[in-house]
Amino acid sequence: MRRSSSRKGQTNSTASNNSSAVDLFRSASGKAASKELERIDSLFYSYANNSSGMIEPEGIENLCLDLEVDHTDVRILMLAWKMKAEKQGYFTLEEWRRGLKGLRADTINKLKKTLPDLETEVKRPSNFVDFYAFAFRYCLTEEKQKSIDIESICQLLDLVLGSHFRAQVDYFVDYLRTQTDYKVINMDQWMGFYRFCNEISFPDLSNYNAELAWPLVLDNFVEWIKAKQ
Amino acid sequence: MTMNHHKIVELEEGWDFMQKGIAKLKRILEGLPESHFSSEEYMMLYTTIYNMCTQKPPHDYSQALYEKYGDAFEEYISSTVLPSLREKHDEYMLRELVKRWANHKIMVRWLSRFFNYLDRYFIARRSLAPLNEVGLTRFREQVYQEVKGKVRDAVITLIDQEREGEQIDRSLLKHVLDIFVEIGMGQMECYEEDFEDNMLKDSSSYYSRKASNWIVEDSCPDYMLKAEECLKKEKDRVSHYLHSSSEQKLVEKVQNELLVVYGTQLLEKEHSGCHALLRDDKVEDISRMYRLFCKIPKGLDPVANIFKQHVTAEGTALVQQAEDAASNKAESSVGSQEQVFVRKVIELHDKYMAYVTDCFGNHSLFHKALKEAFEVFCNKQVSGCSSAELLASFCDNILKKGGSEKLTDEAIEDTLDKVVKLLAYISDKDLFAEFYRKKLSRRLLFDKSANDDHERLILTKLKQQCGGQFTSKMEGMVMDLTLARENQNHFEEYLKNNASANPGIDLTVTVLTTGFWPSYKSSDLGLPAEMVKCVEIFKEFYETKTKHRKLTWIYSLGTCNINGKFEPKTIELIVGTYQAAALVLFNASDRLSYSEIKTQLNLADEDLVRLLQSLSCAKYRILNKEPNTKAVTPNDSFEFNSKFTDRMRRIRIPLPPVDERKKVVEDVDKDRRYAIDASIVRIMKSRKVLGHQQLVMECVEQLSRMFKPDFKAIKKRIEDLITRDYLERDKENPNLYRYLA
Repeated sequence: MRRSSSRKGQTNSTASNNSSAVDLFRSASGKAASKELERIDSLFYSYANNSSGMIEPEGIENLCLDLEVDHTDVRILMLAWKMKAEKQGYFTLEEWRRGLKGLRADTINKLKKTLPDLETEVKRPSNFVDFYAFAFRYCLTEEKQKSIDIESICQLLDLVLGSHFRAQVDYFVDYLRTQTDYKVINMDQWMGFYRFCNEISFPDLSNYNAELAWPLVLDNFVEWIKAKQ
Repeated sequence: MTMNHHKIVELEEGWDFMQKGIAKLKRILEGLPESHFSSEEYMMLYTTIYNMCTQKPPHDYSQALYEKYGDAFEEYISSTVLPSLREKHDEYMLRELVKRWANHKIMVRWLSRFFNYLDRYFIARRSLAPLNEVGLTRFREQVYQEVKGKVRDAVITLIDQEREGEQIDRSLLKHVLDIFVEIGMGQMECYEEDFEDNMLKDSSSYYSRKASNWIVEDSCPDYMLKAEECLKKEKDRVSHYLHSSSEQKLVEKVQNELLVVYGTQLLEKEHSGCHALLRDDKVEDISRMYRLFCKIPKGLDPVANIFKQHVTAEGTALVQQAEDAASNKAESSVGSQEQVFVRKVIELHDKYMAYVTDCFGNHSLFHKALKEAFEVFCNKQVSGCSSAELLASFCDNILKKGGSEKLTDEAIEDTLDKVVKLLAYISDKDLFAEFYRKKLSRRLLFDKSANDDHERLILTKLKQQCGGQFTSKMEGMVMDLTLARENQNHFEEYLKNNASANPGIDLTVTVLTTGFWPSYKSSDLGLPAEMVKCVEIFKEFYETKTKHRKLTWIYSLGTCNINGKFEPKTIELIVGTYQAAALVLFNASDRLSYSEIKTQLNLADEDLVRLLQSLSCAKYRILNKEPNTKAVTPNDSFEFNSKFTDRMRRIRIPLPPVDERKKVVEDVDKDRRYAIDASIVRIMKSRKVLGHQQLVMECVEQLSRMFKPDFKAIKKRIEDLITRDYLERDKENPNLYRYLA
């Protein structure tokens, strides 16, 4: 018992030795932090719908205008990811705060300026998988929905992977639109495709082995490509 | 021991005396006239040695005597034995050697008896070689070492001469070779190194030469005959004069030169090799081939392979034959071609199974080859029908009344037995079960089964081969029929006892247990009033028996005997319930349109067209159709054909059977999906975590008794189970699955 109290005493004494500096820093950062939060919140409310207390699609459109980014731009999706937004087309205060704090942006201009950094962050391999999975989940609108229709998937693929894996995306989108076996794509197949892009040499597909646990849709995709060649 | 005070025998003196004895012995050996040793003479010689050895030193002459003993041999050998051998050659030399060896052994025997005392104490004390050994060693070192090469060559020459057909003196050779063995004094070294090795080499080259000629000149059967003969002769040779230990080595060498070296060439000889022999049914030659090649390591593998290829080719030819016949003939007789096909496959199986048991010694390698061959072509389709369906049709033909096969009971049992055995080769066993069940239901419900015992018999056999689960539904079906008959009796009693319950028509109802029978679509047929009453009454009766079961009426399976009051004469028509319901409509109206009939009967177009066609466009025109075209269309109208007549008083108007193939295949595919699901879940539940390839493998194994699931189907089910949260992919390793409890 005595020990802990003496420890406490020690810390206190250390603090009291540099009391002025620490206090200043603390109060300064504390003040700055609360200021930042205030600005973030007020920015939020400038787009939010008053009755629901959330930014709704209309608000997001306005945000996009202000950011000079198209609302179908992948960077909005990235922003949603950073916020860990749950519902497509809506941002809650908590999500907004999370996102902007993480980006250290409390004004529209700062937010605009951080967008390239956000892109870089997302493209980092450790984050990209997470972002890729998020993109799928974000598009599930209904409560028990587990899969996304083909057309939406095609658009999502183009948006999310188009810059990285142009050729694979183009072929796969083409295949998806032509085939009739699948009307929807689920998370497992979605993630499988990303793995495919990363691991399989394209377009020769020489290291693809259908006997492994690749989703069946990819087996069929590979067969379709090989038939065309 | 009392001291013998006798005179000291000096060495020279004693040895002189011994020499005389030795000289006598030599003369005996040379065949010179000489009397045998008397016991006295023997005693004297023995005692002389004894005395000289027991004398006190320096008169203890044991050492010297031991040496002189050896020298005696040496002297004799150098002076007499060797010269006589050196001057002779070949067979004469061999004879001389045998003689000299025999003599030597006698000499050793006698001398060691004379010098015996040395053996008892001196040799043991000084750990020296015993007298016998000394004597034999002398021969070995002086004679054997010198002549062994010549002897060996002479023997081998004789052996080769015998191989060429000449008569040789076998007992001479035996004696010569005995020398090689005996001279080893307990070890086989001399025999092996000084004779056997060369003999084996010589034999190898001898047969190598022969084989290189034969393989070119002779056909496979002739070559094999020669090979068999050679092996027999060599074994014979061993038993007559070679040492028994040579047998295995010699046989191996001969086999090597004749069969291993030229094995492939022999088997693959174009017009007489294994393939040709099988083709020409040369049973004896094939048996010989088996006998010869089974002794060679892996010798049977190529034979089994050719056998498998041959059987596969024969089977595939049958498939092709059936295909060709089917495409040439009209559709209606396609069935009989398929019967012929199954028959031929059975015959093929019998034929080649006999080969396996009779020619191939029931060897597992050939059982396997036969099985694999049959598995290849038994799973091929014949004119669009799977083998599973063909086999089920074949059974149906045997088991139904009026089937094309007219066989005795014994022949039927035998055939059914063989059919079940063929089933083992078919991978889609579940498909067979489903077709069989469909046809069985038809036999049972339309009273087409020829013989109850046979029906039960085949079910027993199927159960034995495929397990209880395979036949449980079928057995249920047969049981249902028995129960149904009982039930009908109860129903008739109920009717008797209840005057109010009077259907007005003779009614027989067969109650089936849903789970056992194939699924039939029930339809809400618009029944005529008379039949409605029947249904009601039966329902009441049934409710007295049990309240917990729901009755679904399958009118499509019913039959109706209905009187057609035609103008010429009344004829009894045996029709299906649907047809009867349609006909009864004409009691109220003379003429009905297609749509009117459809409304009244409440049937789907495809059923209605079929039934109206059977009544208006087929063999018996009970109804007249307007327009009088070949097929029924929705615009047609129908009228009762009062002018209809036939010489028979009772005619059957069957409905053409619907092609059930598509439905069966669909049903089986559905069941397979469930089966694969269940199997995957079962495996994952017990393993918890498993790699993809292993899961697929275990799944295939589990299901192999009933069908061969394809990898894609399994993958699809796995993905489905992932979506339904039974499994998940491992986060780190996408090829690994986890069971989600």
